[in-house]
Amino acid sequence: MDAIKYVQEQMITKSEYPTFRPGDTISVSVKIKEGDKERIQIFKGNVIQLNGEGATKTFTVRKMSSGVGVERVFPLNSPFIDDIKILKRGKVRRAKIYYIRKLVGKKARIKEKRF
Amino acid sequence: MNGLLGKKIGMTSVYDNTGKYVACTVIEAGPNVITQVKTRESKDGYDALQLAFGDAKEKNTSKAMMGHFSKANAGAKADVVEFRNFDFSQLIAAEGESVEKSVGDTISVDEIFKEGDTISVVGTSKGKGFQGVVKRHGFAGVGDATHGQHNRQRAPGSIGAASYPAKVFKGMRMAGRTGGDRVKIKNLKVIKVFSEKNILLVKGAIPGHKGSIVIVEK
Repeated sequence: MDAIKYVQEQMITKSEYPTFRPGDTISVSVKIKEGDKERIQIFKGNVIQLNGEGATKTFTVRKMSSGVGVERVFPLNSPFIDDIKILKRGKVRRAKIYYIRKLVGKKARIKEKRF
Repeated sequence: MNGLLGKKIGMTSVYDNTGKYVACTVIEAGPNVITQVKTRESKDGYDALQLAFGDAKEKNTSKAMMGHFSKANAGAKADVVEFRNFDFSQLIAAEGESVEKSVGDTISVDEIFKEGDTISVVGTSKGKGFQGVVKRHGFAGVGDATHGQHNRQRAPGSIGAASYPAKVFKGMRMAGRTGGDRVKIKNLKVIKVFSEKNILLVKGAIPGHKGSIVIVEK
């Protein structure tokens, strides 16, 4: 186990992003390579889960794209992620907010957290 | 063939130089002690190098084996494997050091493997117990799930003809003990060698459970 941790520490450069939780609305800047050109695409949506530990941690972002739900799983330490910004803090009671998939319209909103 | 004895540690995933996320296996490879050098000229009659890996308790090692290990000035070792036609000239030596080695010397992982090498890994696959033909031989089962059929979905089907040949041919694939076999996986790529911890990072999966002994061949 220690050997695996050692390999992960050596091979994966951890990125510094603000800590977000399920329910938050974030925008992920993804580097996209087209031929030899590189551009940045923004994927904006709700975080519905955080999965895994340490170097192999991933998170899932869900957004509605012209009426169709789109989910994308990002490894947190992926070299293709340029930046992560938190747009809104959401108030949810669960660590995995899968129930949001079945909700439509006004019910699919997440209450904003007030500090 | 050059190679080392090692231990499967487990799997993880890393990003390669192109940014691709690849699944890989961590192997603790070596350092191995040379316990015997066999040569064609001696009474052995063939060229081989005997390597030992992993510490064992002295009380669990036979006197005969202890005597064998003491010739190499090594303590009790857990596993011993022979590599035929081990080629010292292919070893990667540090600056100013000789690649020639004799009994009692150790071979470490960075002397044999480097990044980008193609290797084979030999291990004992995980035992699955008594399994049916669907899992064991990839049969498709018999018939439909519906239309009045029952209990045929994972059945082997016919195992032969009737009064001629009046027997089941030898080697007919049937249910039985599955897994636990010696398996060799070829064409695995070395992603990285961590010489300070004797760790070999290999792309893809290798046979066996965590902690099992594997032979890494180049």
